Amino acid sequence: MVPVFIGTTFLIYALVWAVPGDPFEGKCGERDCPESYVSAMRDKFNLDDPLVVQYGKYLGNLLQGDFGLTSAGLSVGERIAATFPVTLKLALVALLIEAVIGITAGVVSGLRNRGFLDSLVLVSTLFLISIPVFVTGYVVQLVFGLQLGLISPTVTSPTIGNLIVPGFVLASLSMAYVARLSRTGIAENKRADYVRTALAKGLPQKRVVGVHMLRNSLIPVITFLGTDLGVFLGGAIVTEGIFNVPGVGGLVFRSILTKDGAMVTGVVTVLVLVYLLMTLLVDLLYAVLDPRIRYD
Amino acid sequence: MSSARLVPLALAAVLAAAGCGAAQTQTGTNTDAGITIFNTDPENPLVPGNTTEAGGSRVIDALFTGLVEYRAEDAQPVNAMAEKIETEDSKLFTVTIKKGWTFHDGSPVTAKSYVDAWNWTAYGPNATQGASFFSQIEGYAEVHPKDPDGPDGPQEAPKPATDKMSGLKVVDDHTFTITLSEAFSVFPVTIGYEVFAPLPEAFFKDQKAFEAKPIGNGPFKFVSRNVGTDIKLTRFDDFKGDKPKFKDLTLKVYQSRESAYADLVANNLDFMEELPPNALAGQKYETDLGDRVVQRETLNMQAIAFPFYLKPYDNVDLRRAISMAINREEITQRIFEGTRKPADGWVHPLMKGYQKGQCGEYCTFNPQKAKESFAKSGYTGEIVLLSNTDGGHQEWAEAVANSIKNTLGVEARFVPSTSFGEFRQKVNAHEMTGMYRAGWIADYPSIENWLTPLYRTGSSSNDGLYSNPAFDAKLAEADKAPSEDQAIKLYLEAERIMAPDMPVIPLWTQNTIAGKSNRLKVANLHPFRKLDLDSVEVVG
Repeated sequence: MVPVFIGTTFLIYALVWAVPGDPFEGKCGERDCPESYVSAMRDKFNLDDPLVVQYGKYLGNLLQGDFGLTSAGLSVGERIAATFPVTLKLALVALLIEAVIGITAGVVSGLRNRGFLDSLVLVSTLFLISIPVFVTGYVVQLVFGLQLGLISPTVTSPTIGNLIVPGFVLASLSMAYVARLSRTGIAENKRADYVRTALAKGLPQKRVVGVHMLRNSLIPVITFLGTDLGVFLGGAIVTEGIFNVPGVGGLVFRSILTKDGAMVTGVVTVLVLVYLLMTLLVDLLYAVLDPRIRYD
Repeated sequence: MSSARLVPLALAAVLAAAGCGAAQTQTGTNTDAGITIFNTDPENPLVPGNTTEAGGSRVIDALFTGLVEYRAEDAQPVNAMAEKIETEDSKLFTVTIKKGWTFHDGSPVTAKSYVDAWNWTAYGPNATQGASFFSQIEGYAEVHPKDPDGPDGPQEAPKPATDKMSGLKVVDDHTFTITLSEAFSVFPVTIGYEVFAPLPEAFFKDQKAFEAKPIGNGPFKFVSRNVGTDIKLTRFDDFKGDKPKFKDLTLKVYQSRESAYADLVANNLDFMEELPPNALAGQKYETDLGDRVVQRETLNMQAIAFPFYLKPYDNVDLRRAISMAINREEITQRIFEGTRKPADGWVHPLMKGYQKGQCGEYCTFNPQKAKESFAKSGYTGEIVLLSNTDGGHQEWAEAVANSIKNTLGVEARFVPSTSFGEFRQKVNAHEMTGMYRAGWIADYPSIENWLTPLYRTGSSSNDGLYSNPAFDAKLAEADKAPSEDQAIKLYLEAERIMAPDMPVIPLWTQNTIAGKSNRLKVANLHPFRKLDLDSVEVVG
C-alpha cells in the first residue's frame, strides 16, 4: 500500500502543478494579478523549487497531517473534513438503494427465469443502463422538483432524508448492473448440487434461497458494490452539481477550475487512501462469503 | 376578531394589486424578512483589498460602504461615506467624511480608517490582489517596489523602506488628503470600488480573527460563514446610510449555476444575477420565470483585439476591412436573440458623456467597403480568431468568423482554447497567433476606464500593444483637465483620434438577464452586474 500511496500522490502532485497555464493567471479577472501577489503565492506553494523538492516538502507536511492551505487561505484539511461526511452519507444512501433494490430484483427475476417479472427486470435494467446519470438527474429534478413540486429541486441541507433523491439518481445505473449480476448468479446456482441437496433435505424455500443460494451468488455483486462505493466516495460530480450537494466531487471540480492545486492534491490523496481501503475491505468480505477462499 | 382584521388586509392587497401608489406598497413589504441570493465560494480571505472576484465581492459589497457608491439607475458615482471630495488641480484631493459612522464593532470610522486600509492594501509584502488600484497615489512605488526579475524569478522584491504612501495624509478625524503622482481628473470616480473600503482597528490587531469574522461599516454585518455552503449577514441597525428594506441576507454557495437556476425556478432561491446557458438557450427562461425575469444593460462590452506584434494584423486596412465585414446586427439577433446591442464605439453607452457613432462607418457592416479595404491591404492569407470557449463564446466566435469569410471571400477560422486561464496567459505573454476575443467589464463608471487601460501605450490591459502618440497625448490632456465636463470632451476627442486606427473591433454591449423569486416584490440589477440590495423589497 505504501508504494501505491507514494506513487499516486506524486503523480497527482506533478500533474496538478504541471497543468498548462500559470495557476495564478486569470485569478484576478480580465486583468493581471499584481506581481507582488503572484510572487507571494509562488512562494507559498514552493513553486520556485524543483518538482521533487516541492513534493518532498508537501509529503513531509502531509505525514504530519497537514494538508496545507489553499490560495484563499482556507485549510484544506478542514474543507475535506467538512465535505467528506456529506459525500459519505450520499454514497451510503446510494449504496443501500442500489443493494436493496438491485439484489431483490435480481433474485426475483433469477428465480422466475423467463417469466414476466424476469422480462420486466431485464427491460427496465436495460433502460437504466442506457441513460446517462445527468439525464436521469435532470429529468428527476424537472419532473418531481419543478413540475410536480413533490421534492425540493436541490438539497437544502445534506441530511440522510434529503439525500434520498440524489442517492437514487446516483444509484440508478449501478442498480441495474447489480440486478443483472445477481440474476445471473441465482440462475446459475439454482441448478447447483448443493441447492438440490438442501431442497432434498426438506429445508424451507426461504432458507435455501436466502442462505445457501444467495451467499454464493453474491460474490461478484459484492466486488461490484465495493468498487462502486469507492467510486461514489470519489465524488459524484454530476449528481452533486445537479442537486447542489456540497460534497467532495464539487470541491474537486471547482478546485480544478480555479487551479487550486493544494486542494486538488489534498482531496485526491484522501480519495486514494479511501479507494485502497475499500479494495482491502472487499478482499476481506470474500472470505466471509466463501469458505473456500478463507481456507486457502 | 380574525375576520375583522382580515378586511383591511384584503383591501390593502387589492389596492396593491391594482398598483395604487406608494402607501400601499409600504404595507405590503415585510421589512424583517430574510432573502437568499446566489453566490460562489469566495476565492480569497474576506478582506476588501484582497477581493477582486465575484464570489467575494458580493459579500464585501454588503459588508462595506466606501467613500463613493455607484447609483443603480445610471451607474453615476454619488457620495456615500464622503461628505465632499474637493480638488482644484485634479492632483490634490481633500476628502471630508461624514460624522457619526461606526464599524459593526462600534468603533468609529475615521479618516485614519481609510488611510490605514489603503496603505495596507498597497504595501507590497502584503501581496494583495487589489494593490495596483492604488498605483496613482503618490508614494505607491516606495511601498510597492517592483520585483527586479519578475514574479517567476528567484529574486524577491526589495523590502520597501516605508509602509505608508506619502500621498495620503490625515488632517483630522474626518478629513484626509490624497495627492496623486500625476493629475487625474476622474480619480474621485474610481474610488467606489470595494478595495477602497475602510478597515477598523480590529483588522490591524488580529488579521486572522478579522478574516474569520469580517467587521465592516456597511448596511449588513457578518453573522456566520459555513465554508462551501453559505454566508449569513444581517442588517446593521446603526447604519447611517440608506437602510435595506429587509433583514437577513444569506449568500448561498452553489455547486453549479444550473442547480441554482432550478432552485430559482422553484422559488427556493430569491435572486440570481446571471442565468446559466441552459436557461438562456432558446429563451427558456421566459417560459420558466415569466414576470420574474429581471433584465438590464450592464457595463460590459465584447470586442476583438488585434495583436499589433503579429503580421498581418498591424495593417490598418485589414483591421478596418475585418470590422466592416462583421454583421453585428444579424449576429446579435440570431445568436443572442436581441439581448446584446451592436456597439458603435469603444465607450459603453451607459457612460456619462457617451456619444453615438464614435466609430462611424468602421463599425457598420458594409460588404462593399470591406472588400475595397481588404483589397487595399494587399493581404490574401488566412484570418484567425482565437477565444476561450468556457464562457459560452464558441457560438458567436464561429458566427463572426463566418461573417468575415463570407464577406471578404477569404479563409477565416475560429480557433478555440479551452480555459480562460490558459487563454489569458497567452494574451499576457503576447503569444497570440491571430486576433482574439477581448471582453471588458468597467472597473468604475467613467469614460476614461474604457480608453486608458485598454489603448494607451503601455497600459495594464493594452495586451495588443497598440500605440498612437497623438491619442496618448490627448488622454494625458484629459487626465489633467480641471473639470469633469472638460475631461469628458477631451476623452471623446481621444476616442475619435483612435477610431481610424481600429485597434480593437467593438462588437456589442450586453444585457444581463437575472431572475428573482416570487417572494421579492422589487429586485433590481445594478449596472455592475449584481443585485442592487437597496432596491430589494420582500412581499409582506
